[in-house]
Amino acid sequence: MGNGFLFQAVIYLSAAVICVPIAKRFAMGSVLGYLIAGMLIGPFVLGFIGHEGKDIMHFAEFGVVMMLFLIGLELEPAHLWKIRKQIIGVGLSQVLITTAVVMAIGIAASLLWQSALAIGFAFAMSSTAIVLQSLKEKGLMKEPSGEFSFAVLLFQDIAVIPIPAILPLLVFLPITNSIDTHGAGGIEELPKWLQTGAVLAAVGVIVLVGRYAIVPMLRLIAKTHMRELFTASALLIVVAIALLMQQVGLSPALGTFLAGVILANSEFKHELESDLEPFKGLLLGLFFISVGASIDFNLMYAHAGTVAVLTCAVIFIKAIVLFLIGKKAKLSLDQNLIFAIGLSQVGEFAFVLFSFIGSHNILTQEQTDMMMAVTALSMTISPLLLIVLDKWVLPKVRAAKNEQTTKRADRIEERNNVLLVGFGHFGTTLARFLRANGVVATVLDNSSDQVDLLRKMGFNVFYGDATRVDILEAAGAAEASILIIAIDSPETNLEIVKIVKQHFPNLEIMVRSKNRMDTYELLDEGVENIYREHLDTSIRLGVDVMKKLGYRTYSAFRAGQNFIKYDEAALRTLSKNRKDMKVYISDVREQIALQEELLQSDRQIVPSANDHAWDSKEMRDKILEMDNQKKK
Amino acid sequence: MKKVLILFAHPRMEKSRANNTLLKHIPSAANITFHDLYELYPDFNIDVETEKQLLLEHDIIIWQHPFYWYSCPPLMKQWMDMVLEFGWAYGPGGTALKDKIVFNVMTTGGANATYNAEGHNRFTIQEYLRPFEQTAYLCKMKYFPPFLVQGSHRLTDEELQRFSKQYVILLTKMSEGTFEESRMNEIRFLNEICMKPV
Repeated sequence: MGNGFLFQAVIYLSAAVICVPIAKRFAMGSVLGYLIAGMLIGPFVLGFIGHEGKDIMHFAEFGVVMMLFLIGLELEPAHLWKIRKQIIGVGLSQVLITTAVVMAIGIAASLLWQSALAIGFAFAMSSTAIVLQSLKEKGLMKEPSGEFSFAVLLFQDIAVIPIPAILPLLVFLPITNSIDTHGAGGIEELPKWLQTGAVLAAVGVIVLVGRYAIVPMLRLIAKTHMRELFTASALLIVVAIALLMQQVGLSPALGTFLAGVILANSEFKHELESDLEPFKGLLLGLFFISVGASIDFNLMYAHAGTVAVLTCAVIFIKAIVLFLIGKKAKLSLDQNLIFAIGLSQVGEFAFVLFSFIGSHNILTQEQTDMMMAVTALSMTISPLLLIVLDKWVLPKVRAAKNEQTTKRADRIEERNNVLLVGFGHFGTTLARFLRANGVVATVLDNSSDQVDLLRKMGFNVFYGDATRVDILEAAGAAEASILIIAIDSPETNLEIVKIVKQHFPNLEIMVRSKNRMDTYELLDEGVENIYREHLDTSIRLGVDVMKKLGYRTYSAFRAGQNFIKYDEAALRTLSKNRKDMKVYISDVREQIALQEELLQSDRQIVPSANDHAWDSKEMRDKILEMDNQKKK
Repeated sequence: MKKVLILFAHPRMEKSRANNTLLKHIPSAANITFHDLYELYPDFNIDVETEKQLLLEHDIIIWQHPFYWYSCPPLMKQWMDMVLEFGWAYGPGGTALKDKIVFNVMTTGGANATYNAEGHNRFTIQEYLRPFEQTAYLCKMKYFPPFLVQGSHRLTDEELQRFSKQYVILLTKMSEGTFEESRMNEIRFLNEICMKPV
C-alpha cells in the first residue's frame, strides 16, 4: 500500500472523521478539530504523512478561494458598497498599524529594517479560513463583530496584491536584481504599465463575463438537467477565475470573491452555493489538516521559550491593535472582544510570504522555520482563545451589561411581570402592541446590536442566551408571571420551554410555534398557550378571499373564527392520536399521515357558514310545511 | 330635500328573502345613504368617529333590521351603545342629533295580528319599540312610527313586491321631504302613508 493515493486519502479522511466530531462534542468548532487531526497524523506525532504537508497546503488553499466565491455570492453589490468605509477605514488601519508595530519591535530586536517590514506585513494578515469558518459556525456573520472581521479580511486580501510586488522592490532591489531571476513566466516579464493594464483588464473581464456570459451559459447547462454538469461548470468558473488572477498576479481569492458578488443577484445563486459548498468544506478541512501537520514540533521543542514568547507576543499585539480599532469604531465591549481575539492569529498568507523571504536569504532558515511555527501555532491557539472567550469572558461581560439594566430598572421601581424572549419580527410586533397598551415587557434577546437601540426606545432589554438559567434569572424570570417565547427557531423555543418548566415552574408560558410538528412537541411538554404563527394570518386571508368572492363579511368572519376554534381542537385530538402511532414512522411520513387525517376530519365536520343561526329560510320552510299539513 | 341614512343590521343577509327584496328596491339617489353595519364591523369594533360624522351629515336616520327576540340584532344595539355618546347625543351639551328624524324599518316573522293582548306575542309592536322611542327622546330626536314588513314567513312573492313598493314610496317621500309631520301622531305604522303611489 505504501504511500499510495488511496492510503493518503484514508489517512486524511479518517483523521477528519474522527477528530472533528470529537472537537465539536467539546464545543471547540471544526477548525480546531481539523488542526488537531493534522498534528496527530503529521510527521511529529503518528508520522502518517511527512513534509509533503506543505504542498498539500498550497493545494488546499484553494478552499479559501472557494470560500470567498461563496461569500461573494451572499453579498450583493449594494451591500458591499455600503460597507466600503469599514473595509477601507478599519482594514487599512489594521494592516498599517500592525505592520508598523511589528516592524518597530523587529528593528529594536536588531533585525534589518527590510526583514522587519516583511515580517510585519506577514504578521498583519489574519486567517480568512479560520475566522470566517468560526464566525459562520457561531452565526456571527451578521453581527457587528462579523461584519468588522469580514471587512478587515477583505481589505487584507486586497492588500496582499501589491505586497509581493512591492516587497522585492523595496527590500531587494538595492541589493540584487534577484526579482528577475525567478520570473518564470506570467506577466512579471512585461513592462510595468502593461502589468497594470493587464490587472485592470482581468478585473474587467471578470465583471463582463460574470454579467453577460456566465448566467446565459448556466441557463444552457441547466437545461441539460445533468446535475454533475452544473457542478462542473461551477467548479470551472471558480478555477478559471483563479487561474486568470494568478496570471496577472492578483489574489485568486479576491477575483473569485468579485465574481461571486457579480453573481449574487443571479437566479443560480443557490444552485451554485449548494454545488460548491461540499468542495469548499473538504478543501478547507484539508487546508487546516495540513496546517496542523506542518507544525514542526522538533523546532518548537528546541526553541520552546522563543516560539512561545513570539507567538504570545504576536497574538497580543494583533489583538490589542484590533481592539483599539474596534473601540474607536464604537463596537460594544463583547463584540469588540470577539473581533479582536477572532482575528488575532497570523494567516495562511504568512506561509507563502515566509517561504518567499526565506528563499531570498533575508532570514536564516532557522528563523524562517521559527516564524512559520509561530504562524501555525497562532492559528491553533486562536480558536482556543475564542472558546475561552465564549465560555468564561463573554458571559461576565454580558452579565455586567445586564447589571446596568437591572440597576436602571430598580431605580425607576419598575417590575415587569411579562418577560419576552426573542425580538425578531414576531416579538417586535408583540412588544409594540403590548407597550401601546401600557404593558412594558422585559425583553431578552441575543442580538447585541439591537440592545442599545431598544433601550433608547424605553424597553428593558437584556442581552443574552435565554436557554441559560442564570440569564433568565437575571432578567427576572423568578418574579415574572408570564413568559412569552417568540424565537424564530422552534428547537430553541422548545429548549427554553423545558428549562423554564424545570426551573421556574410557576411561570405561565406563552409560546410561538411554527407549524403542527413543533406544536405537537410543545403540547407533549404540557404547554397550554401555543400560538401557531401562520394560523390567524392564513385564515384572515381566506376570509378576505370569501369577501372578495361576494360572501357576506360577517358570515366569512364567523366561518374564519369557527375554523380557528375547530383547528385548535383538531390539533389537540390529533396530538393524542399521534402518541399512539408507532415510533418508526419518520417525521415526514408522520406529517403526511397527520395531514391526511386532518383533511378527512375537515370533510366530516366542516365548520363553515352552514350553521343555523338566523336562518329565516329554514324557519319559513318549516312554517309553510306545517301550514300545508293543517290544510290537509 | 332631506338626507336619509339607512343603518342596516342583519347578521345573515344571504338567508333573508324579505330584506334582500327590500334592499334591491332602495332608490339610488344621492341623498340616500345605505350603511351596512354587519358588512363593515364583523368584529363588532365600530368606528365611532365615522358613525358620528355620518349621523351629522344626515337628517333622517332609519334603523332597518329584522325583529329578533322582540328587538334588533346585537350589532345594532352595539352601535347605539357606542355611537350615541354622552355629551354628544344626550346629556349636558349632547345636542348633535337634535331635531333629526329617526324610525325603525323592521321585518317580523309573525303577522301583525299576533302583536296584541290577545295574540301569542301579547304586546303591541309599539310597546316592544319603547326602548328605541325613549332613546330617540333622550337624543332630542323625532321618533316616527315604524315601517313594517310583517308575517314575512308566509309572504308570497307578490305580497313582498307590494311591501317593496311601499318602501320605495316611503324612501322617496322621506328624501324629498314630502311627508306631513303632523300626521305622525295619528298613524300607527309608516306603511299607512305609502299606500298609493306618489
